Amino acid sequence: MSPNLPRQAEVVDRTEESPSTFTLHLRLTDGAPYRFDPGQFNMLYLHGAGEVAISIVAGDAQAGVLTHTIRALGRVTKGLQQLGVGEHIGLRGPFGQGWPMQQAQGRDLVIVTGGLGCAPAVSIVHHVLDQRTRYGRLSILQGVKHTDDLIWREQYAAWAQLPNTQVLLAADVAAPGWRGHVGQVTALFDQLELDAPRSSAMLCGPEPMMQAAAEQLHARGLTADAIFLSMERNMQCAIGHCGHCQIGPDFVCRDGPVFPWPRLRPLLGVRGF
Amino acid sequence: MTATMPEQRFLPRESLQTLFDVLAERGYRTIGPVVLDKAIQYVELSDASALPTGWTDDQQPGHYRLTQVESPRCFAWANGPQAFKPYLNRSREVLWESRRDSEGNLEFVLPTPTDKPLAVIGARACDLAALALQDRHFLDQARDPGYAARRASLFSVAVHCTHPATTCFCVSTGDGPRATSGFDIALSELDDGYLVETSSDTGRALAAALPLQPADDEHNRAAAAEIDAVAQRQCRQLPSDDLRQTLFSRLDHPRWEDVAARCLSCGNCTSVCPTCFCHSERDQVELGGARSQHLREWDSCFSEGHGHLHGFQVRPETRHRYRQWLTHKLDSWHDQYGRSGCVGCGRCITWCPVGIDLTAEAHAICDDAIEPEDSA
Ligand code: SF4
Ligand code: SF4
Ligand code: FES
Repeated sequence: MSPNLPRQAEVVDRTEESPSTFTLHLRLTDGAPYRFDPGQFNMLYLHGAGEVAISIVAGDAQAGVLTHTIRALGRVTKGLQQLGVGEHIGLRGPFGQGWPMQQAQGRDLVIVTGGLGCAPAVSIVHHVLDQRTRYGRLSILQGVKHTDDLIWREQYAAWAQLPNTQVLLAADVAAPGWRGHVGQVTALFDQLELDAPRSSAMLCGPEPMMQAAAEQLHARGLTADAIFLSMERNMQCAIGHCGHCQIGPDFVCRDGPVFPWPRLRPLLGVRGF
Repeated sequence: MTATMPEQRFLPRESLQTLFDVLAERGYRTIGPVVLDKAIQYVELSDASALPTGWTDDQQPGHYRLTQVESPRCFAWANGPQAFKPYLNRSREVLWESRRDSEGNLEFVLPTPTDKPLAVIGARACDLAALALQDRHFLDQARDPGYAARRASLFSVAVHCTHPATTCFCVSTGDGPRATSGFDIALSELDDGYLVETSSDTGRALAAALPLQPADDEHNRAAAAEIDAVAQRQCRQLPSDDLRQTLFSRLDHPRWEDVAARCLSCGNCTSVCPTCFCHSERDQVELGGARSQHLREWDSCFSEGHGHLHGFQVRPETRHRYRQWLTHKLDSWHDQYGRSGCVGCGRCITWCPVGIDLTAEAHAICDDAIEPEDSA
């Protein structure tokens, strides 16, 4: 399959997650196999409008269905929001380096997400629940600005019931009845049941949050190379050609979006990179 | 240098046209330098008389003027704003087309390459070095089909540089003035003709069709001396050909603010640079909407859109953008492509409207880091 050319995908189902967030369930119409790693992304193409980079939330190999959760922010994503079941789009991918799921086998996983950047993190949870015995304790820490921004509430509630799984939620601003923490997601670390030497952390969300989370987890005993971050940049080609996604020497589309923290640490938080 | 010089033959000036004719016979579309809009530019040409005979240039930071002198030479100038990069990495290119039928099904089609093979006459060493870098970018990890097709057919006739501009510093980057690779045929221009050397089978086959004569010692000596003299004439240089770590360790240097106050963020430097590869992608829909072309167009790290993310601008200010340009060009390229992204062509200095000189900026930022004892 050429990374240069989209394949056709059909919308087989769609879910309204919030007024601005929706999920498309897509099936590739050419029937050719498609494999991805959690944390990788696709370029979704809306005819006549253009492409956007969207993280793959989940995939069902048997049914051949790929799930993408999208925020309607720009022209292309707003157009995608209008699509109905049976309509067609283009899809290139998967692209980039996903989460180090192989390397993390046998370890405890700490997933920290902030804002609405939770799709790459949810892909980890799906993967771990699929192969539950291969991983240790699973901790999911999700922070949002406002409780209204929290999508997948029921899913978080269901995960919290699973054995060997801890779910902690935080919101900067809480609506009445919120039972989670009020404040930043990093404040949840005090409640985290952490066995630092055998834990790997996977972070996604706003960079200041990831930077703070990485520093604090490191201070709590996680080794720097057991901390991973999923980065977001302007992506147009996804194949290391257009140059927009560069952070120093790295092309986020090709060398990321998931990076080991030590690789990014020197430039993380430096304005302009 | 003279000792390792490959065997050369001589093409009398009056026979230069044969080179154009032989290329045309072999089906090449030939591009070469002409004077156009008061600058040396590379356009399609079939006649040696269209070459910029007797033209030479004066280049300074922010300054470019052509003047005519009494000389039979056609290549007595340093590079203008562009050479042949736009013929391989086009400023605008269709990447694919999306076709929608009446049922809403989409079909995606790559454009069929229809170009004739391309020959460039007058390629300079700096531009051939830049071509090698563009090759790595567009061919190595992910292959760009359009670039690959054009590149595979390229026939290049280099002309060793004997007329550097004051803005040139290819000697400092190790990329010139003599073209050492990446060409099929290379010429050394003398008053009465050209010394011809070949470096590929296609080049040798083509040279065999030229009315070449044995070169005499006088020709060889004169040509080598002219090229060697270039090194003496170049006054600019980078602090080192490897500024890795040096620039990134000085991201807070006050000079970044200083240059940002002068820079207009216009992107001229990036559009004339032969190694810059950034481009943006967008769709252009045909009337009726059934077909949409997915286009690529040159972009610049100085543009507003380059660092744009929803709700976040990675490089909001000029200082971020100039710092991205310089750290990428002189530092990150080493990690990406094993060498600096600068081939010393000097274009970004000449074509900067306010005359910003990247060698001066690099010195201001790096010198005291590299040679502490020399710092003032
Ligand atoms: S950075 Fe300037 S001098 Fe170096 S190759 Fe680019 S245009 Fe030429
Ligand atoms: S350095 Fe000069 S050419 Fe480059 S963006 Fe700034 S003003 Fe324009
Ligand atoms: S998205 Fe184009 S280089 Fe990464």
